[in-house]
Amino acid sequence: MASILDSKIPGGPIESKWQNHKFDMKLVNPANKRKHTVIVVGTGLAGASAAASLGELGYKVKSFCVHESPRRAHSVAAQGGINAAKNYKNDGDSVYRLFYDTVKGGDFRAREANVFRLAQVSTQIIDHCVAQGVPLAREYGGLLSNRSFGGAQVSRTFYARGQTGQQLLLGAYSAMMRQVDKKQVDLYARREMLDLVVVNGKARGIIVRNLLTGAIESHEADAVVLATGGYSNVFFLSTNAMACAVTAGWKAHKRGAFFANPCFTQIHPTCIPVSGELQSKLTLMSESLRNDGRVWVPKEKGDKRHPSQIPDDERDYYLERVYPSFGNLAPRDVASRQAKYAVDSGRGVGPTGVAVYLDFRDAIARLGKPAIAEKYGNLFEMYEKITGENPYEIPMRMYPAPHYTMGGLWVDYDLQSTIPGLFVAGEANFSDHGANRLGASALMQGLADGYFVIPNTISNYIASTKIEPVATTNDAFKAAEDAVKTQIVRMMMIKGNRTVDSFHKELGRIMWDECGMGRSDAGLKKALELIPKLKDEFWNNVKITGEANYVNPELEKAGRVADFIELGELMCRDALERKESCGGHFREEYQNDGEAKRDDENFCHVAAWEYNGDKKPQTRHKEELTFENVHLATRSYK
Amino acid sequence: MSGGSGKNLNLKLKVWRQKGPKDSGAFVEYDAPKVSEDSSFLEMLDQINDRLVLKNEEPISFDHDCREGICGSCGFMINGNAHGPMKNTTVCQLHMRNFKDGETILMEPWRATAFPVIKDLMVDRSAFDRIISAGGYISVDTGNAADANATPIPKPDADAAFSAATCIGCGACVASCKNASAMLFTSAKVSHLALLPQGKVERHERVDHMVAQMDAEGFGACTSTGTCSASCPKGISLANIAMMNRELLASAVMKREAAAGDGI
Repeated sequence: MASILDSKIPGGPIESKWQNHKFDMKLVNPANKRKHTVIVVGTGLAGASAAASLGELGYKVKSFCVHESPRRAHSVAAQGGINAAKNYKNDGDSVYRLFYDTVKGGDFRAREANVFRLAQVSTQIIDHCVAQGVPLAREYGGLLSNRSFGGAQVSRTFYARGQTGQQLLLGAYSAMMRQVDKKQVDLYARREMLDLVVVNGKARGIIVRNLLTGAIESHEADAVVLATGGYSNVFFLSTNAMACAVTAGWKAHKRGAFFANPCFTQIHPTCIPVSGELQSKLTLMSESLRNDGRVWVPKEKGDKRHPSQIPDDERDYYLERVYPSFGNLAPRDVASRQAKYAVDSGRGVGPTGVAVYLDFRDAIARLGKPAIAEKYGNLFEMYEKITGENPYEIPMRMYPAPHYTMGGLWVDYDLQSTIPGLFVAGEANFSDHGANRLGASALMQGLADGYFVIPNTISNYIASTKIEPVATTNDAFKAAEDAVKTQIVRMMMIKGNRTVDSFHKELGRIMWDECGMGRSDAGLKKALELIPKLKDEFWNNVKITGEANYVNPELEKAGRVADFIELGELMCRDALERKESCGGHFREEYQNDGEAKRDDENFCHVAAWEYNGDKKPQTRHKEELTFENVHLATRSYK
Repeated sequence: MSGGSGKNLNLKLKVWRQKGPKDSGAFVEYDAPKVSEDSSFLEMLDQINDRLVLKNEEPISFDHDCREGICGSCGFMINGNAHGPMKNTTVCQLHMRNFKDGETILMEPWRATAFPVIKDLMVDRSAFDRIISAGGYISVDTGNAADANATPIPKPDADAAFSAATCIGCGACVASCKNASAMLFTSAKVSHLALLPQGKVERHERVDHMVAQMDAEGFGACTSTGTCSASCPKGISLANIAMMNRELLASAVMKREAAAGDGI
């Protein structure tokens, strides 16, 4: 059966697909651009860069964020860096190598053409950010500095100490605020998107809740861009910010956008371990630390000695042992899995035994404390604030935590979803990272989508589509508004006995146990029994105090958790159906001595789920993936 | 575990509760028993809020998001100090091990004319966005850039620009200042961009417009007491204010010269 998913990959050799496609796309003349409105939801790297670039082109842009200011979007917290195939180091890097590393790093579950375009525009991103005044790290000669990151053997990562995301986001934010000043972009802060409005089969607007007044507002446009981030908070404890949610994407899914590879989640290997029941979130320690830190556990089970009392020959530097060519810079999925094996074998460290060491002793001896402080000072301080321990003297304790989601709304080469006029950018789409994202590639993808892809493909959509005028008085807007209001009233009326957070924590526990680093047929089936029960209890027993017509964080959280519960169920179904292991998706039944065992025969495809209404389960569609440039091979970092 | 003390504290909280911008507020007392020393300040508040909800009361509202000290959302006064007692630390990164058993902790929102209270500990800081949109950028459209290494930037300049650019826009500087001045915030952006070759072209317009917007928002004047920098969780230096004043002076001189030139 032919797939109903058309990825619209342009023809021609991979090197010239994007160039040719840009030429083939239709343009909108400057005088006409101002007659078209584009809604951009989210102001992280993808959203702010898209809003800025569309405003520069002359479109009328309406930008929405849940935060009080666009600068608070969670991209701000990205630490380590951004990849670009500049080859400033003369160490053999190229667009082709970045493309190759990313396809391989994603365990051959990404679309080649998209990844190649990403590698191509990566160099323009760095140029543009420097022109904007982003203060990336420099050498004494005044030129840009690079470091290496996991999954690559070249140094192609640009960075701004441990605050790369902040600096890139402030660059995109300022570019967008410049358009606000020019009245090209209208900013709507403290608004949460609660529905997508589809008129005559096309995305034509959104319904938002004003988080200050509780007012339900309708906004219309010629096209809608969702840049609403990832859904790691389905696990409750993750490195994501508290407001990160799937709600915008999930509402679009319910309006007809297919959700692709929901089970592809990234569990990041180096996070500060869980400390107690009341913990609200987990803190990442940048992957860049693995450039100088060595990961180890004691060789003996239950060795409770202080780390300084354990001599070298009684330590197992397991990443160096198992992966001699990549060592501590093995990719994230691989490093996380090995940490899990170390802990599962009873060799975990720290008071809970659920952690491994990341040790800087040798790097400090080799380079001196000042050099280490220059590179990682702010991360060491953050670690000490949280744990009360000084990592210059005692090795850091680390354990994997949910960090990023490769899955997301399905999009074609133009980043358009299965709903015409609905585009999805950044982490919110599924596109470029396959089953595992390499470090420093999220910032690259967010900015590639927003600065360089979306502005071109939106123009093409507007120029080649008949878009009738529509007003927010249209029935579709009224119906969507009513649905949103009904849901809010229904939640407020439950007046049950359990807090929203208690449901979120219970969901998170199920997801972490059964759909986390290791997944099994039995475990996933168990989760699929538990989640519907949790959903049922939520809708009968959740307790929200306060009113709906002003600031009410409990109500906001309740809406998000309701959607996470539904998403969690789909993630488990997706994980159950994908009977192979690839990247971060590790099915315990499919392995070769602990390494992921892919099944290219049966699963070399994207799974995209179609919503069929509340009563019927989603339908799984396939987009077959073909690899013409990077040959399907078992991924090895040994 | 982390830290590993496992000790609990029994605390009293006095929290500013205010229903909306037009309502009058007041301090309300709460008991906070059995607070883990290892939890963060906001996790302690989460715990209080959980109990309030279960007692059918409204939870305490406060802005927060990343809980890693970088997004700038959180911030309120704790015992009279912006972000609490620890230097270079936002509320979300403040841990309860820095408090003593039996202590009473007083919490109130940022107080400034330009930051109206929205609810409880939440304030409206959109004035900061308007200052940035008045000129806190380099005017370059996407797609215009030369190769990133075409213009070398001396490392000391790049490092100084970076240090200024690390401002998270939390508003602690304004809240700590007896005049509620936004000079530290505004000057950090002015310095960041003026230090870089790319930002020099429009430096005069930038500083003029940003300062005019800052004044229009109702922030107070600077009397150089330095509490802003002392309370800044990112340690933004007072030197930025000096630099902004120089930029303003240079702009004024340039304008006078241009005006005089027209007369010749």
